[in-house]
Amino acid sequence: MGLFDRFRKGLEKSRAAMADRLLSVFRGRKLDDSVFDEMEETLILSDVGVDTAAALVEAIRREARKRRIERAEDLPDVMVDVMVEFLGPPAEMAENPDGPTVVLVVGVNGAGKTTTIGKLAHAYKAQGKRVILAAADTFRAAAIEQLMVWGERVGVDVVRQAQGSDPAAVVYDAIQAAKARRCDLVICDTAGRLQNKTHLMNELAKIRKVAERELPGAPHEVLLVIDGTTGQNGLVQARVFKEVVQVTGIVVTKLDGTAKGGIVFPIVREEGIPVKWIGLGEGMDDLQPFDPRMFAEAICRPETRV
Amino acid sequence: MFESLSNNLQAVFQRLRGRGRLTEADVDEAMREIRRALLAADVNVKVVRDFVERVRVRAVGQDVLKSLTPGQQVVKIVYEELTELMGGSQARIRMAPKPPTVVMLVGLQGAGKTTTAAKLALSFRQQSHRPLLVAADVYRPAAVDQLRVLGGQIDVPVFSLDGASAVEIAREGLRDAERRGADVVIVDTAGRLHIDEALMAELESMKQVLEPHEILLVVDAMTGQDAVHVAEAFHQRLEVTGVILTKLDGDARGGAALTVRAATGCPIKFVGVGEKIEPLEPFHPERMASRILGMGDVLSLIERAQERIDLEKAKEMEARMRSANFTLDDFQEMFRQVRNLGPLDQILKMLPGMNRVKGLENLDLNDRRFRRLEAIISSMTPEERRDPGILNASRRRRIANGSGTTVRDVNQLVNQFEQVREMMKHLTGGGKRVGRRQAMNALRAMGGVPGLTGGAGLPHLGGAEAGPPRERVHRKKKKK
Repeated sequence: MGLFDRFRKGLEKSRAAMADRLLSVFRGRKLDDSVFDEMEETLILSDVGVDTAAALVEAIRREARKRRIERAEDLPDVMVDVMVEFLGPPAEMAENPDGPTVVLVVGVNGAGKTTTIGKLAHAYKAQGKRVILAAADTFRAAAIEQLMVWGERVGVDVVRQAQGSDPAAVVYDAIQAAKARRCDLVICDTAGRLQNKTHLMNELAKIRKVAERELPGAPHEVLLVIDGTTGQNGLVQARVFKEVVQVTGIVVTKLDGTAKGGIVFPIVREEGIPVKWIGLGEGMDDLQPFDPRMFAEAICRPETRV
Repeated sequence: MFESLSNNLQAVFQRLRGRGRLTEADVDEAMREIRRALLAADVNVKVVRDFVERVRVRAVGQDVLKSLTPGQQVVKIVYEELTELMGGSQARIRMAPKPPTVVMLVGLQGAGKTTTAAKLALSFRQQSHRPLLVAADVYRPAAVDQLRVLGGQIDVPVFSLDGASAVEIAREGLRDAERRGADVVIVDTAGRLHIDEALMAELESMKQVLEPHEILLVVDAMTGQDAVHVAEAFHQRLEVTGVILTKLDGDARGGAALTVRAATGCPIKFVGVGEKIEPLEPFHPERMASRILGMGDVLSLIERAQERIDLEKAKEMEARMRSANFTLDDFQEMFRQVRNLGPLDQILKMLPGMNRVKGLENLDLNDRRFRRLEAIISSMTPEERRDPGILNASRRRRIANGSGTTVRDVNQLVNQFEQVREMMKHLTGGGKRVGRRQAMNALRAMGGVPGLTGGAGLPHLGGAEAGPPRERVHRKKKKK
């Protein structure tokens, strides 16, 4: 199954709900205000948010005028192009050419950090990279065990300490181990934390600082994992985590449900953080690099089949 | 949570209240803003549409616009409709007439089911029930371990069965409950997508085996517009009996709270706050509505006071206050009791009008001032504590040095203590009723405590002029 197919299959249900609505908006209508009003409401329904939905619709309206579009059926093309422009070009993962690449994975509770790490490790191992995991969620009960199960499944080592130990120390150990074992990639799991808990955010800043000190340039990637069903709070998450640990990319998870993950639009628009991966299920292969055009196509042009 | 929604709505209301007369156009304008505020808080689009329409119809009704205080009337309508939207009155757990009561927790991945299961078990245990946790999440790696660890922390047994299916675990779990004489069985299930046919069918089979008295849907308070689909789908398949809203200690705007109930008709029974295993808090729609609208939540505050303030000590203290034997030792004990109520910023938010005070969360009221007060008192000799009258300049200097404060701080504390003592003497009258009254006394005193800087008197509980934080804000405003 090709990448695009899997992406589509994953987004199938998301599409179904949105598609029906959009189709009825576009089919056989003249292009008037009511079409754009309904488009805006549909976008809000996908968690794009009031402000960003208005901005998107305004951009689409302008573009439609420029292209002299008269029928609503022709709008999907415009929507896709405008959305792609909104989302920016696909973003690559950073790599450290002279040593291990350190990836720090952060997010609120239950966003899907540990599962994402398992899938990431699998993806990189499949590319022939040597991967090591750091079990730095030392807070939640059995979080270390959960990561170890993933390590076994994927076949990579997990650096760990006892529950309750200092997470920064685990990251330190993992980086040392990666240097010694000549690993290509260190992926650090961290405990879920709500972004308004100052002390927990400080802890995260410390973890980052330790990584920086042990390996200049590290962490090379800081991935913020956001639950695809999240509403407007996702934007606050992006803002605060970016401030504290300089997030370099977003992972949107659980997009195989009916949620559309529209929250990525305001995140990209207001915080300028690129989306790098999307999660489409609990299987090892269900993590895909984010492709803005595919994402937009899947949302706006439900009728096309590949 | 809810702060942003609450701020937006209050801005709308302020404008409405300011008008002597309201036209239909005024109402329409206000409704547009309310719609926007609710959408920004992730309330579902359809729910918002219905809500705004209901409020509008009532608001343009004859007697409202012609009344003397139309703005006030509209606020009242919004309050009533909000309360209604969230379920009217508090909903409790249905207990089985013949134990065990079986509770099943279901929901999406990452909603917080396992943590919630432990919190629920703790709630029951504290009410002298004998709960049993059943670990039926057989899919997520280490989920069973997680529940086992949590069960150990709160001293509640956890039933698990390696290699068995979720349905088998449910069946055996019930038997185990019987053997142990557990009267409440809480079943943790694996997180699943509401559109996953196979896993939803599994829940149906579990339901058949368990015949649960409650099926509670666990919903993350940060959920966006999708909350409707999730709630509807779970409800259709399982006839959910209630909802638990989790992660309410975040800064989510909590639209899901308003949406889920409207979508399913199921009441929100509990809310989860924090990752530490503490009992779940019951959900009170009318209080939540009043909190959203900035009317405060004095009821919750009083309840908390009743729960956490040591009645015996309070009684003793009251007696001593009356007899004017109130010493600095008692004063210190009073701080301790108030601190038991929880972080001060949380308490303040329950007071009417306080949620409009910006920057409260950054004020760092928490413990530092209390600790400073305690340090000052601890640096006094027993004699000084009994009779602050003997505190001359030299003694005060020593105390300041000893507690790491300044003489000014010491003076302020002493003055404050004198004020409180004066007040206490006047607080006579009324019989020997205990409970609420003591709590109120302690709280009144609290009003003066954080005022190390301001030396505020004793504002009444519920008075919007409550204390120093506002003063600070006023000062800030003046600067601008």
